[in-house]
Amino acid sequence: MTDGTDVQHDVTPSSTPSSGATAGFDSDNRHAATIGDSARDYLNRLRGGDMGSLPAILGLVFLFIVFASLNDRFLTTYNMANLVVQAGSIIVLAMGLVFVLLLGEIDLSAGVAGGASATIIALMLIDYDWTWWAATLAGIALGALIGLVIGSLVAFLGIPSFVVTLAFFLALQAVPLRLIGSGGSLRFNDPVLRGLSIKNVPVTASWVAAVVIVLAFAALSLWRYRSLSARGLVHKPLGLVLLQIAVLALIVLGLTALLSANRSPNPTFDISGVPWVAPVVVALLLFWTFVLTRTRFGRHLYAVGGNAEAARRAGINVRRIKIMAFVICSGMAAISGLLAASYTGKVSPGSGGGNELLYAVGAAVIGGTSLFGGRGRAIDAVVGGLVIATIPNGLGLLDQASYINFIVTGGVLLLAASVDAISRRRRSAAGV
Amino acid sequence: MAEPLLELRGVNKSFGVAHVLHDVDFAVYPGQVTALVGDNGAGKSTLVKIIAGIYGRDTGDYYFGGKQVEVHGPRDVAALGVEVVYQDLALCDNLDIVQNMFLGREEMKGVGLDEVSMESRARETLSSLSVRTVKSVRQSVASLSGGQRQTVAIAKAVLWNSKVVLLDEPTAALGVAQTRQVLDLVRRLADRGLGVVLISHNMGDVFEVADRITALYLGRVAADVPSKDVTHGQVVELITAGRSGHLGIAENPATATV
Repeated sequence: MTDGTDVQHDVTPSSTPSSGATAGFDSDNRHAATIGDSARDYLNRLRGGDMGSLPAILGLVFLFIVFASLNDRFLTTYNMANLVVQAGSIIVLAMGLVFVLLLGEIDLSAGVAGGASATIIALMLIDYDWTWWAATLAGIALGALIGLVIGSLVAFLGIPSFVVTLAFFLALQAVPLRLIGSGGSLRFNDPVLRGLSIKNVPVTASWVAAVVIVLAFAALSLWRYRSLSARGLVHKPLGLVLLQIAVLALIVLGLTALLSANRSPNPTFDISGVPWVAPVVVALLLFWTFVLTRTRFGRHLYAVGGNAEAARRAGINVRRIKIMAFVICSGMAAISGLLAASYTGKVSPGSGGGNELLYAVGAAVIGGTSLFGGRGRAIDAVVGGLVIATIPNGLGLLDQASYINFIVTGGVLLLAASVDAISRRRRSAAGV
Repeated sequence: MAEPLLELRGVNKSFGVAHVLHDVDFAVYPGQVTALVGDNGAGKSTLVKIIAGIYGRDTGDYYFGGKQVEVHGPRDVAALGVEVVYQDLALCDNLDIVQNMFLGREEMKGVGLDEVSMESRARETLSSLSVRTVKSVRQSVASLSGGQRQTVAIAKAVLWNSKVVLLDEPTAALGVAQTRQVLDLVRRLADRGLGVVLISHNMGDVFEVADRITALYLGRVAADVPSKDVTHGQVVELITAGRSGHLGIAENPATATV
């Protein structure tokens, strides 16, 4: 502004947030004033094709009703805890994939990248006596390195990510096969890492954590409501904020209560507490939600997914964003591979080469992440991952042949992709 | 007349064997709307991209505020206070109005985005431009009409205290009422002292808001005249033939030796 030109700048917004906020802006009437307005807004968005996680939540309810009515063991706390542990690795892999899907890309190699990373972790633990966290970091570093190479090939050479990651899907299967040997397997019995799946958070600690999460969410929501409404900015009505707090409190405290009860089928010993997988997933969810919604990187990720050319013209380094997305995806795949190994207690040459990836893509898409880019949240992976994990869990209890499992899961994935495609068409027609 | 805010002198640009711009002089004055007109292939887009820093110049000088400046990319140009609103709008459909206006230049508070400050500033800018047609600054851009999208794109340029705004065919895809809104906005920008460049095919729009008209013909400046000194027909002749009466290029460049 001080380079000597004599141009008038009354366009410059003055720095008085109180005065200008509402002045001359009368038609800005989208402060949904009451819960009723918010509900109408939400219905309009649904009608316009902006479904979010709703199909996944309905699907989850449907699956729970079906399985609970067909088998009385499904709703036991023992099985619910099992479900949480089974869903963990799918959720984490799906959460990584959300970043790639947000750009409209795909990472077919994420499953085997997780398998390769788990192999490295197991080898470090067994052959080199590394402590658990060092081995874990080594595994995540390998994942991140794989993501770096994939992302660079996609961003700099412009090879479609489908092809690059298909090549990595094939090539990376060699890593565990070479390191473990055909037919062998590595035990995975580090007390901490194996404990993620088979041990539980002490009951007192999980209650403290649950209460802290609820209080922190309530405090943040109310503080945000206050600061937005005080400045006359767009905000949710107080009723909706309170409703959201109540729903979150119900879910968090309810699950904690459920899992804190003794669920052992055998009366001679006690199994109670939240499996350690759950806090890991919750921590990742909170961290990545913050990154996606509250940081510059997250904003740029959505921008590149929405319109890469607009992002480039806005001065965003599109290549860097792409590479970062693949690094995050493969890094999360490493954590997912670790959780899968922790659940099974071993790493075998085929780890991560099976259905893991398609389950995770399905989880993300069912949860509401679009395959076309630009839409998706970290929570989608959690909701979708629970749906995907519920299917084999429930079918397993029904003693169904495993081929049924494949058919049902494939069908659900196709259904989710159809919902995504149809709602995208409706969105572009309705302009929501 | 005031000193030009932005000026290019003697610009030449070739793509391989195609010599697209020949010794082009172009000036933008504060408080004025300069219309850049020309037929398809006359070099309008190339000239805009050179001003925007997207293309380099083969020869020629870039002056800003009377001083010669070195421009090596879009960021240098943005730092000078020159904003380009492209024809295809360059907005992200999946982001809301505030997010689009601050895209690439988000305000931060600690490690997080400062949404409060960004929304307040976006509102102030929109209301200072008397934009009243958007329902909410938090609605996604996908839900806006063509005119509203154009308005947001222009407001985005204004938000950054720009001194020069280039508008590439801002009314090309708009209906009558929306064109009206955008042209009013263009006029308001100039009335605030900004230098505005309007690239347009529509002579009606040009004569309605432009103070000066620069006509390009086959990569040469055919005329640079105040719009009140020329008629509709003369401008069309300048665009299609490169000359009109005493105005225009003396020799037909299509047959001249280059």
